[in-house]
Amino acid sequence: MADLSLSHPKGFFDYLEDAIPKLVLAPTFLAALVFIYGFILWTAWISMTQSALLPNYRISAGYRITTKALTKMKNEGVSENVLTKLRILEKHERTDKKSKFLRDVKKQIGAEQLRIYQDVILTHSYSHDLFIATCIALGLILAIFLDQRIRAEGALRTIYLYPMALSFIVTGAAWKWILNPDLGLERLVRNLGFAEFNFDWLVNSDMAIYTVVIAAVWQSTGFVMALFLAGLRGIDEAIIKAAQVDGASLPRIYLRIIIPSLRPAFLSTVIILSHIAIKSFDLVMVLTRGGPGYSSDLPATFMYAFAFNRGRLGFGASSAMMMFFAVMAIIIPYLYSELRKTRYA
Amino acid sequence: MPDESPSTAMYHTPGALFARVVIYTILIIAAIYFLIPLLVMIITSLKTMGDIRTGHLISWPREVTLDAWKEAWGSACIGVKCEGIKGYFWNSVRMVIPAVVISTVMGAANGYVFSKWRFRGSEMLFSCLLLGCFIPFQVILLPMASTLGRLGIAQSITGLIMVHIVYGLAFTTLFFRNFYVTVPDDLVRAAKIDGAGFFRIFWKILLPISAPIFVVSIIWQMTQIWNDFLFGVAFSGGDSQPVTVALNNLVNTSTGVKKYNVDMAAAIIAGVPTLLVYIAAGKYFLRGLTAGAVKG
Repeated sequence: MADLSLSHPKGFFDYLEDAIPKLVLAPTFLAALVFIYGFILWTAWISMTQSALLPNYRISAGYRITTKALTKMKNEGVSENVLTKLRILEKHERTDKKSKFLRDVKKQIGAEQLRIYQDVILTHSYSHDLFIATCIALGLILAIFLDQRIRAEGALRTIYLYPMALSFIVTGAAWKWILNPDLGLERLVRNLGFAEFNFDWLVNSDMAIYTVVIAAVWQSTGFVMALFLAGLRGIDEAIIKAAQVDGASLPRIYLRIIIPSLRPAFLSTVIILSHIAIKSFDLVMVLTRGGPGYSSDLPATFMYAFAFNRGRLGFGASSAMMMFFAVMAIIIPYLYSELRKTRYA
Repeated sequence: MPDESPSTAMYHTPGALFARVVIYTILIIAAIYFLIPLLVMIITSLKTMGDIRTGHLISWPREVTLDAWKEAWGSACIGVKCEGIKGYFWNSVRMVIPAVVISTVMGAANGYVFSKWRFRGSEMLFSCLLLGCFIPFQVILLPMASTLGRLGIAQSITGLIMVHIVYGLAFTTLFFRNFYVTVPDDLVRAAKIDGAGFFRIFWKILLPISAPIFVVSIIWQMTQIWNDFLFGVAFSGGDSQPVTVALNNLVNTSTGVKKYNVDMAAAIIAGVPTLLVYIAAGKYFLRGLTAGAVKG
């Protein structure tokens, strides 16, 4: 080979040789440029240009408000208060172009939609914290116990982790059946002798979101366990031995030495779980479809419903942008610190 | 608990033995907790509807029957069609295979360039590409729907394949780049001096040692794409729906009598491919999960 390279023709082929790596990357580069960055900008543009209020109902000045539009709005949860005002508007032949009344009504509807979205965000943040806290608590306990030279550790690990291989739709279908208000858990517990036991969380607007949390915790705990177990295996045994020689008890060693040294594992777990939680869509769709009402809607399902089912592109796009910023706010500092670590470590 | 020296002394006090029993008990209870939903699915799918109405979640079927499985596969009604989930299952297969192959091959080539043929700005480019691992896909749904429409591949399997390749590339590139970074640069440099070119070095030096990372990438992509619901529900229609979308429609249908045994059989059918992959190659699955998740 060596002598071949000496007779290698210079010029065009050298350029080609230099260009090959770039040519190989070109399709990916273009795809990323268009489908990631371009599309994010596109969504941002939609969120700011399409009327975020009522593109579908045509109550902008000059249009008539139809009874059909009013019924549709009622079905979508626009309050009686606003509807009454719109009915007054309906009686006018055509809405006045510069009507202050019309402007007020539109503002009010916008405010209502925003209020729903705020509720969605609140639902999300409660369930989000509950989900993360429970996963970490259970995952950490399992990891610590599994780390005690357990027989059949491999088999147990396989069992704890298998839900991660399944689609949320599959496990959601299973949980939907288990939590069935009539034939599911309720029937089982009643058969065990608790005749008064009631379990209607799936259709109860105060509790529906917790069914999502239950299923999500079940699915993700094994993964959290795996992350913590990897962290535990990375701890230097010499430190633990030294503490034992000093007479520290086992619980004390865990509380004072081992758990604090799992800090990086905690950090990545919180980041990963937040990421999963913000994007969660499948599980809600299969379990509750966001209902009853909006009670178990999360940003992802809300965005989908508005953008795809109701044709309110602007509103859908702006909630997508909010999800995007939320994820970036978590990920960018984390990535930055990770990249620094690998560079200087 | 008094002072204990490690391992050897562990069982020598009654307290330590007790702790041991507690730990095993908790671990076994946890295992049961994780297995119960699977058990419930299997039991329910083997029951008749009459059996379901009179029994409870974990009561053993009075007569074991595969009728629910046959119905789920071949004749359950999803939407207006009553042909079971078999068509949708094959849709998923036809979607997963090309999407996994193409995104993995491209990821391997990209990872090779990003680790062994760096040029000015390639690190920057890699960081920018990484963003693709993190974005919530809601943020690209509307533009993608519009683009697929304009390209004439809306609501088709081809469209879904393209979407999965595009948004899988960031992950596959990350896998291969991080793997090839650990291969000593000297090997590649020596080959370059010997006159070996871009493709020859890849073919002769890197490819032969790449089997594990190919397995990780293929398993990751396969599970991700098979289990995807968001792209499926947003970009497919009628005849091109993947199995997850069909399963969701089946489970959430509100017409007719609800057949829970058929729902569960369909759910198991939809879950079996990824479950088999997990059982056969769990080690690689976990590796992809941690690499893909910690960094993405």
